Amino acid sequence: MNLRAMWAIYSFEMSRTKRTVTQSIVSPVLSTVLYFVVFGGAIGSRIESVDGISYGAFIVPGLIMLSIMTQSLSNASFGIYFPRFSGTIYEVLSAPVSFWEATVGYVGAAASKSLIIGLIILATAGLFVPIQIAHPFWMLAFLILTTITFSLFGFLIGIWADGFEKLQLIPLLVVTPMVFLGGAFYSIDMLPSAWQTVTMFNPVVYLISGFRWSFYEISDVSIGVSLAMVMLFMGLCLALIGWIFKTGYRLKQ
Amino acid sequence: MIEINNLGKRYASGFVALDNICLSVKKGEILALLGPNGAGKTTLISTICGIVNPTSGSVTVGGFDIIKDYRQTRSLIGLVPQELTTDAFETPWDNLTFSRGLFGLPKNPEIVEKVLRDLSLWDKKDDRIMTLSGGMKRRLLIAKALVHEPQVLFLDEPTAGVDVGLRQDMWRMVDGLRNQGVTIVLTTHYIEEAEAIADRIGVINGGKLLLVEDKDVLMARMGQKQLKVELMESLENLPSALAEQGFCLAEGGLSIVYHYDKDAEEIDIGGLLQAVTGAGLGVKDIHTQQSSLEEIFVDLVEDAA
Repeated sequence: MNLRAMWAIYSFEMSRTKRTVTQSIVSPVLSTVLYFVVFGGAIGSRIESVDGISYGAFIVPGLIMLSIMTQSLSNASFGIYFPRFSGTIYEVLSAPVSFWEATVGYVGAAASKSLIIGLIILATAGLFVPIQIAHPFWMLAFLILTTITFSLFGFLIGIWADGFEKLQLIPLLVVTPMVFLGGAFYSIDMLPSAWQTVTMFNPVVYLISGFRWSFYEISDVSIGVSLAMVMLFMGLCLALIGWIFKTGYRLKQ
Repeated sequence: MIEINNLGKRYASGFVALDNICLSVKKGEILALLGPNGAGKTTLISTICGIVNPTSGSVTVGGFDIIKDYRQTRSLIGLVPQELTTDAFETPWDNLTFSRGLFGLPKNPEIVEKVLRDLSLWDKKDDRIMTLSGGMKRRLLIAKALVHEPQVLFLDEPTAGVDVGLRQDMWRMVDGLRNQGVTIVLTTHYIEEAEAIADRIGVINGGKLLLVEDKDVLMARMGQKQLKVELMESLENLPSALAEQGFCLAEGGLSIVYHYDKDAEEIDIGGLLQAVTGAGLGVKDIHTQQSSLEEIFVDLVEDAA
């Protein structure tokens, strides 16, 4: 196993983050904090508490999820798409690096970066609203599993995309609506019953529900189902990456 | 060092980029691949380096199979791509350290420094790559290929768009690497480049390897010489005595030329010149010229087409 190569790719990506700290860390944190101020502070005070949790605190897990999902996607997809676009990918392809090692480097860096963002947002949220974390271990587990899964998904998008437009297509048109409708701002049982059924087809619901449970022990679906869904989604991404590895799809001619 | 057996590449579109290529490159030699644009030179190199998947045939480098034992073969190989595909925001120093990492090698500031100095990039080591000139980026790509100390170096059109001084620097560098025992395969459009530095020359066109030959053998085998006699006054008709000798008119009658084989023994230049003066023609100047690799190349590619 070429550990040094994995580390080289990982550090290369992380130093890119360091160089662009405003864009890659400060800006997602700031925009999430704006949600706290608007929904938690201004509007939230006029909304009843949800399941005994104040609205401002209720939305914290969902907002963190929203942020780490979109950040994981954009980091990982850009991380692999840009070398493909500029041509520098030749070096990784011609080095004694297996596809899995490269994947670990790129996806690991994207996941680390959004994990950092997630933790910063969590710490910042604590300044605005009262937060309690009932199950810190599960909270961290959901956070890490989600960043890895969505970074894998972003990695796939970065390999699939053959232009900057496609790079944005899935994050903006598919994932953002799924996250907004996935219960980041409300509990599923606040929806009309027909919509509750529809919502169950949205995989993000399970992630947000599980994550929120680790904070307040309230959830829309059982924690086991949530965990199974994260694993299923991650397995799906890994299978697709395995297929790319075999065929060289859009990486090798 | 490199054994290529019946290598073929057919793209999904049906385009055949490599057609049954067989080639063997000895350790320590410099092989130049000549061919027009789109001949398959880059595809051949990319296949050996692992960027393009072959559709048939096999390649071994240093006795290892490029697919089964890709870690061994790729560790042996340094690749300098044709396009100036460099990062933009990183520095040469970080970039070379990254390259070593990719090849599974520990950090080694001495080697990075040596490579940067050898390629005259030392004073740019902490600059952003995007601020370097085209020639510097080209040298950076070479530095990246050399920093893991490869035994085989692929140079894909290393001197395309490079000024004369830098080109000669590169030829010197290639020579230095040959002295260290590095096997070098380079592609080029510039025939004088192949003529100047290669031990053997391969000609590729339409995905086929038309020939591979020692440079000197190739030049000797196909080299033609010509004798050109410039005349004092222009000639409308060639005197029949000279036509029988094999002369023909050139430059609208201002000169006459005679083609002969360089190795032919029965050539009698003195006799030919006597015939010219004997025909009453005033001789202004004479030249003999050996046909260059360029002419051989153009002949080959045209014959194949």
